Amino acid sequence: MVAFDEMTGSGAELRPAYDALDRWLKEAPPEMLALRRSQAELFFRRIGITFAVYGDEESTERLIPFDIIPRVLTKPEWTKLEAGLRQRVTALNMFLADVYGPKECLKAGIIPPDLVYRNACYQLEMVDFKVPHGIYCHIAGIDIVRVDADTFYVLEDNARTPSGVSYMMENREVMLRLFPELFAMHRVAPVDNYPDQLLATLRSVAPRSAPSDPTICLLTPGQFNSAFYEHSFLADKLGIELVEGSDLLVKDDVVYMRTTQGPKRVDVIYRRIDDDFIDPLVFRGDSVLGVPGLIGAYKAGNVTLANAVGTGVADDKAVYSYMPEIVKFFTGEEPILKNVPTFRCREPEANAYVLDNLDKLVVKEVNGSGGYGMLVGPHANKAQIETFRRKLKASPEGFIAQPTLALSTCPTFVASGVAPRHVDLRPYVLSGANGISCVPGGLTRVALKEGSLVVNSSQGGGTKDTWVLDA
Amino acid sequence: MRIRISHSISYDYAEPARHITQILRLTPRDHDGQHVMSWRIEPNIDGRMRSSQDAHGNIVHSFYADGPISALSIKIDGLIETVDLAGVVRGGIERVPSEVYRRDTLLTTPDEALRGFALEATSQADTPLSRMHALMDALHTEIACVDASGRIGIGAAAAFAAREGIAQDIAHVFMTCARQLGMPARYVSGYVAQSDTLPHANGAHAWAEVYFDDYGWIGFDPANGLCPIDTHVRVAAGLDFADAAPVRGARKGGDGENLAVLVSARETDSRLVNQ
Repeated sequence: MVAFDEMTGSGAELRPAYDALDRWLKEAPPEMLALRRSQAELFFRRIGITFAVYGDEESTERLIPFDIIPRVLTKPEWTKLEAGLRQRVTALNMFLADVYGPKECLKAGIIPPDLVYRNACYQLEMVDFKVPHGIYCHIAGIDIVRVDADTFYVLEDNARTPSGVSYMMENREVMLRLFPELFAMHRVAPVDNYPDQLLATLRSVAPRSAPSDPTICLLTPGQFNSAFYEHSFLADKLGIELVEGSDLLVKDDVVYMRTTQGPKRVDVIYRRIDDDFIDPLVFRGDSVLGVPGLIGAYKAGNVTLANAVGTGVADDKAVYSYMPEIVKFFTGEEPILKNVPTFRCREPEANAYVLDNLDKLVVKEVNGSGGYGMLVGPHANKAQIETFRRKLKASPEGFIAQPTLALSTCPTFVASGVAPRHVDLRPYVLSGANGISCVPGGLTRVALKEGSLVVNSSQGGGTKDTWVLDA
Repeated sequence: MRIRISHSISYDYAEPARHITQILRLTPRDHDGQHVMSWRIEPNIDGRMRSSQDAHGNIVHSFYADGPISALSIKIDGLIETVDLAGVVRGGIERVPSEVYRRDTLLTTPDEALRGFALEATSQADTPLSRMHALMDALHTEIACVDASGRIGIGAAAAFAAREGIAQDIAHVFMTCARQLGMPARYVSGYVAQSDTLPHANGAHAWAEVYFDDYGWIGFDPANGLCPIDTHVRVAAGLDFADAAPVRGARKGGDGENLAVLVSARETDSRLVNQ
């Protein structure tokens, strides 16, 4: 399987977007590049950007490797991608409003009702509840992979609390500091307006009863969460308070935040706590991270939660397989972005095929994320394959399978020099009462191991700066 | 049957609480088998009470009170007229499709033992209804129901492994098995009037309901080994206990909580109604 390389295509040509970068790479003295790489690492260590890796006992926090060679997308490539992202996120929000409201898509047979009703992420608390301004998924991270010059697939929709945007911003910051000459050679679309756009989005969805200058805070599970760095980073950039559950109090269905000047009413909460833990009076009673009474305040219309409760039903991997139909049903348009062909193991014929071809397929848990609970057939040993075979036979409805895609590669610094490594892309799409916005690019993740297709930071992936060329 | 219910839930705190929030599912609604003649729910301290309805159709009261609170008591008094419909629950409020109740939850997560038991107990039965009766009968003999006072539920799998549980656990075991057999099942909390014939009729009780395409929802009380009759007063339903719990609460401060519950549910003479 030969992957499409974003710099060299099939290997022989030099694609125009990489023209200047290629020249620069050839001319730059190796010592200089080595120096800049160590400077980049120093920079990340100094700002303390780390990521906790679950299941890794030796170190709970570590740096995500950063690769200094940027990934470059042309303006036309991005324009098409962006149109597809807007369409997809529009459909996701319409789907959520529908399954918690009139359920037209279920009546029309677009998606089997049990996929929604039996889904633990379909939150019954949200049934017939009108969320402020009708928006459920304010912040979406849509994972995109590329297989050739023209074809981008959506690999996953992340509609709950997608993370990683701080890396997108820090990566750019580091590149600007270390390689000003590269930015002089390219017109790179900026990403530093993301906090402004996010703040504008959050302000736009404040309850109608809120003052024109609503009070917004970011609710974090706390410093032991793997993305705590990002939570504090974003709160700082947005100029909003970073709070934990114990900093908030609900009285008479109104949320207050403790401040040095006394309790302050809160209008919008950018929450980075999962549904299950957000209110111990409604969801898991053993949660100490959440805010008792928060759902009551939410349902009384006194506070906006971003993202809304219950968005997980839209990014479920079994629901994912119906996204092309969902997009068509709600937007009336052909999907601009394709789905990866997906076998639904809940369908006996599909499962039989999957069981026969485990060594060729990628099998994913319907409710898993972050590369946990996943089988990459071609790279798995016999024992791993047999483990999944047992799981698939026991509960087929818990899994989907996809062909192993030849993800595109980008030039990457490795021990032996510059070599192609597989990448994906997570653009961040914001939806508010003020419309949809999306900063150009997103977070590029790169599988640093030769031949590896798993880009997740928890599985040894790194990141790159992502450039969208303005011209 | 006319049933008078009085129920008091009293907390005291060694360290006064600064703030208390409670979510109460303590108010029954009418269905064909029961009519709520009167119902009062009253905390003994000042606070704000808001009434709403949840996805299962339960009446939910949110109660907020500010401290210092050294004791709180919630008192419920009601009078219910019931008729024996052999467990059939009709004419109530249904807000979500029955399919929802096929979900597994934290308290109703199946394991191999429960799966095996569900299949074995129902192997001789040939209709959905007879399967559920077979399941109830088998459970009634297989697992011992113990008095709930001072105990909390441990979930279906643990209770089944121990072959012992409170009524809540036994309802969870039954629901888990029913769902494994493809039947939508839900948890019900309520009251059972004192009776000489029922082994577990000590006021507050828990049982299950199963949905049949042909009949709708039918109650099963595996702790007592029968379908609910006119002794049973249905208060709240949900995916499991956590979803239908009579009280879920949180407080700031208030360390050293002590809880006392008194429940009585008794058949009453109809001439005394207006007292």
